[in-house]
Amino acid sequence: MVQLPLCVHRTHRQPPDQEQAVWPGIPELTAPVREEAVIPGQFTYHRPSTVQEAVALLASHGEEARPLAGGHSLIPMMKLRMAAPEHLVDLGGVAELKGIREDAGHIVIGAITTQHEVIGSELLASKLPILRETSLVIADPQIRYVGTIGGNVANGDPGNDMPALMQCLDAGYVLVGPSGERHVAAREFYEAAYFTALSPDEIVAAIRIPVPAAGHGYAYEKLKRKVGDYATAAAAVMLTRSGHQITSCAIGLTNVADTPLFAEEAGRILTGSSMEADVVTRAVAAAEAITNPASDGRGPAEYRTRMAGVMLRRALARAYDRAAA
Amino acid sequence: MNDMTLTKEQREARLEGMGCKRKRVEDIRFTQGKGQYVDDIKMPGMLFGDFVRSPYPHARVKKIDASRALALPGVIAVLTAEDLKGVNLAWMPTLAGDVQMVLADGKVLYQNQEVAFVLAEDRYLADDAIQLVDVEYEELPVLVDPFKSMDSDAPVLREDLVGKTSGAHGPRKHHNHIFTWDVGDKDLTDKAFHEADVTIKELISYHRTHPSPLETCQCVAAMDKVKGELTLYGTFQAPHVIRTVASLLSTIPEHKIHVIAPDIGGGFGNKVGAYPGYICAIVASIVTGRPVKWVEDRMENLSTTSFARDYHMTTEIAARKDGTVTSLRVHVLADHGGFDACADPSKWPAGFFNIVTGSYDFPVAHLSVDGVYTNKAPGGVAYRCSFRVTEAAYCIERAMDILAQKLGMDPADLRMKNFIRRDQFPYQSALGWEYDSGDYHLAMQKAMDTLNYRALREEQKQKQEAFRRGETREIMGIGISFFTEIVGAGPSKNCDILGVAMFDSAEIRVHPTGSVISRMGTKSQGQGHETTWAQIIATEIGIPAENIMVEEGNTDTAPYGLGTYGSRSTPVAGAAIALAARKIRAKAQMIAAHMLEVSEYDLEWDVDGFQVKGNPQARKSMTEIAWAAYHLPPPGMEPGLEAVSYYDPPNMTYPFGAYFCVMDIDVDTGVAKTRRFYALDDCGTRINPMIIEGQVHGGLTEAFAIAMGQEIRYDEAGNVMGASFMDFFLPTAVETPHWETDFTVTPSPHHPIGAKGVGESPNVGGVPAFSNAVNDAFAFLGSTHIQMPHDSWRLWKVAKELGATA
Repeated sequence: MVQLPLCVHRTHRQPPDQEQAVWPGIPELTAPVREEAVIPGQFTYHRPSTVQEAVALLASHGEEARPLAGGHSLIPMMKLRMAAPEHLVDLGGVAELKGIREDAGHIVIGAITTQHEVIGSELLASKLPILRETSLVIADPQIRYVGTIGGNVANGDPGNDMPALMQCLDAGYVLVGPSGERHVAAREFYEAAYFTALSPDEIVAAIRIPVPAAGHGYAYEKLKRKVGDYATAAAAVMLTRSGHQITSCAIGLTNVADTPLFAEEAGRILTGSSMEADVVTRAVAAAEAITNPASDGRGPAEYRTRMAGVMLRRALARAYDRAAA
Repeated sequence: MNDMTLTKEQREARLEGMGCKRKRVEDIRFTQGKGQYVDDIKMPGMLFGDFVRSPYPHARVKKIDASRALALPGVIAVLTAEDLKGVNLAWMPTLAGDVQMVLADGKVLYQNQEVAFVLAEDRYLADDAIQLVDVEYEELPVLVDPFKSMDSDAPVLREDLVGKTSGAHGPRKHHNHIFTWDVGDKDLTDKAFHEADVTIKELISYHRTHPSPLETCQCVAAMDKVKGELTLYGTFQAPHVIRTVASLLSTIPEHKIHVIAPDIGGGFGNKVGAYPGYICAIVASIVTGRPVKWVEDRMENLSTTSFARDYHMTTEIAARKDGTVTSLRVHVLADHGGFDACADPSKWPAGFFNIVTGSYDFPVAHLSVDGVYTNKAPGGVAYRCSFRVTEAAYCIERAMDILAQKLGMDPADLRMKNFIRRDQFPYQSALGWEYDSGDYHLAMQKAMDTLNYRALREEQKQKQEAFRRGETREIMGIGISFFTEIVGAGPSKNCDILGVAMFDSAEIRVHPTGSVISRMGTKSQGQGHETTWAQIIATEIGIPAENIMVEEGNTDTAPYGLGTYGSRSTPVAGAAIALAARKIRAKAQMIAAHMLEVSEYDLEWDVDGFQVKGNPQARKSMTEIAWAAYHLPPPGMEPGLEAVSYYDPPNMTYPFGAYFCVMDIDVDTGVAKTRRFYALDDCGTRINPMIIEGQVHGGLTEAFAIAMGQEIRYDEAGNVMGASFMDFFLPTAVETPHWETDFTVTPSPHHPIGAKGVGESPNVGGVPAFSNAVNDAFAFLGSTHIQMPHDSWRLWKVAKELGATA
């Protein structure tokens, strides 16, 4: 444990109804900006080496503690003093949280596996190539060396790319807390911006993704203003085909609501179709209908909704082409 | 040593003088992280200052209670306007003849305005203490839209000016009005419009943006109370002026103030002015006797120190049916924010905006500019351009395209028809400038030939037809910009900063062994002066550039100069350097004559020394002459070999260029892709072609950013939006287009080496090229003018309004 020579500063997480409209993403500074700063308050830094130790630390410090993975969301928020945990529990030293393996029809990815490691994994390249495709449009290489897949899914930031993908893939999260392990489906995990099913004394230990059928089609289409930006809108598509006909289709949408979106209705409309233009248009309309994006520097809500539709259209076309007929 | 074993070419190459693609000597330390910037300065006992800022854009400050902050161990003091009043520094003069609050005096006029200065033992503590200063505000009605600033019921922003019917630049016609600036012949202009075959009129706005240098503004003030001397390290583009201003404000004698600008990480106009942070750090150091560091963070930089542009230009052109322009009429509404802190030469409230007739032969023109106050941050600096020149270039280049569209003429042909001809130089413009030199037709033709312009137009036509047939969702635009800049401020007859004429200076000392130390009144922020200044000297006095050390930024050692901005370094200091070097060469010639026992008139210059005419074997190199200057000077001559020159330029210089942008826009997403960008620059004599190319690349990247999305936006409530790099568009290498550069050379006839300056041309010329490409792409769908910035959502909206996408 290292005591950094900083000073005490407390804040509490706000309940969802008090969240400012600046979410998602690290803001755009809408004001009043009273606590404008880039220097974090004081915190105590912990570096446990086992999951058990990490969970015990979180349990003993309660709401004042936060687990730290890659830090690419939490640290900027601390510098802006939008988060001010008194205890940071760095999971970087917990070896059992790292790694990618196959286990009984599932791909299991340890929470602190970096985006860079996801991109480099041969197992994922052969079984789940959409993970690589998505990771490659997250931030930039420097951030991907440090940023983790667990942090990306656990933070509850709707700007992150992995949550909608995990919903599309019907992934499950393995949560570990003082009373043991539990599994929550990605589609059930997100409640509001930065609010998830995760308790303050729990960590996401791993992600379990059912191995999709061989020959599936996939695509992640992301519109962003520049490298490093969150999506203006993005769509993840997984589908299977039999001849011209789509036999299954799952769709996730990124950053067009205060949570990731699983576009169930759109997927249902497409299933059984052969990508006829009118069906695609209906599915896109169904997907657009569930969006509720913020108006921000990326564009007004109307634009972002429409871009979710455009990204979905393009992802569908690419996934359909990629799928074995 | 006699160098006659080397050929003339070898000796010339060894100098690495003018025209050489010499590698930047400063990059050795910059690329290794060994630069010394302000934030690298650490002094014993140094304190840290940081600001409590206003969350409100317009509010009365009822009460400031610092007791909770002061109770925090390690917090030394919390300064407010009341404290500053004791030293008469609650307000400070601006470069534009206005005054500006250092700390909120009774009210705040923009969001994030400085309210109190917290002084603590470290930066973390200072930030902790900021959260503990309790300020009570009473919100006031907010004025954001400059077009509403002079409404009769507009809120009074500047209570200190109530009842003042005139300001630094003449009469004020409203409580939020700053000045009206009127240039040209109104009657003749009106007459030309009455008689015109064709006229156009358009409101062309240049949005608010920010120079956003990599390094923010910062300083370390260290008052030595025993010696009564103040040392001020800071990010200053004009360190000498800062010293003069600091002396006038603090009443510390100027010789007891040592201003040092160390390495600077970019300026682009952001580091010309004086900011509350500097004043507070100085006062805090005087009060405590300890060094005080102030370092601005990114959000503070973007939201408070020196925005650029915010010019709203109602532009009219009158022309004959054949496209010959007959008159230009422009009215500008200039949004200056809460204080007029525009960084222009003192007599120029709208800078050199009267260059707005551009590259065209307008017989008559009229311009008026109204400056107004709003609840936004002050500034109005020249973001990589000479004063308000990029606004002017954007205005005229956009307007020429609109005229071409109305006439049904090709925009390149319209420009060619109206260019000032080569034989018209020196050319007297309708709005009062004397253009020094140019060959616009040559440059334009070279650009068109290189790009195969007519073929691009043909391709565009085919793409438009394909789009109409529904075969593509992309539209293609070709943007043309032919800009003329006015740089090198400036002649003392019309340019000064707070009364100091805008000359610049150089001092060159040749050491006995033939190496050189040279100092200038300018200050590089990345322009590469250490490299290029040495090249000028190398050519002028024949000493290899690698043996010439260039130093800038220390006001104790460098000669007085007005600093680096407005592309003035080469036109002004570059001339001073050449002239100082020529004084040295003249003395060297006398010494050589004495050494060779001939008359100095019998000698001729030969690359790196003097030789006897007709007898090249009898020669003395500069190295030999330098030794003699200290060892055995001619009888009656002062020993030593050094010179100083202060250069008051006879005129500005007028660089120009032809830029072309070819762009494809996806109408369904609004995403624009630059396919080609070609930049031909004519900056007169080229000192270092590699540095010129680097400058052009950097400036074009900024132009791309500005045109395509870089914006400081305020919402209706006066909240500053996007003041972080999450939203403020700073393109990475991935987004940045590939740049093709080219050149012509038309030397300036009045400059000692014919150089005109280039640093800012790409920003000035680049923005209209991008914007014209966007506008050109949409024109066939029926649009006339699309306001910047052209980010994706805005282009999608245009496409939607034109019926090009659902």
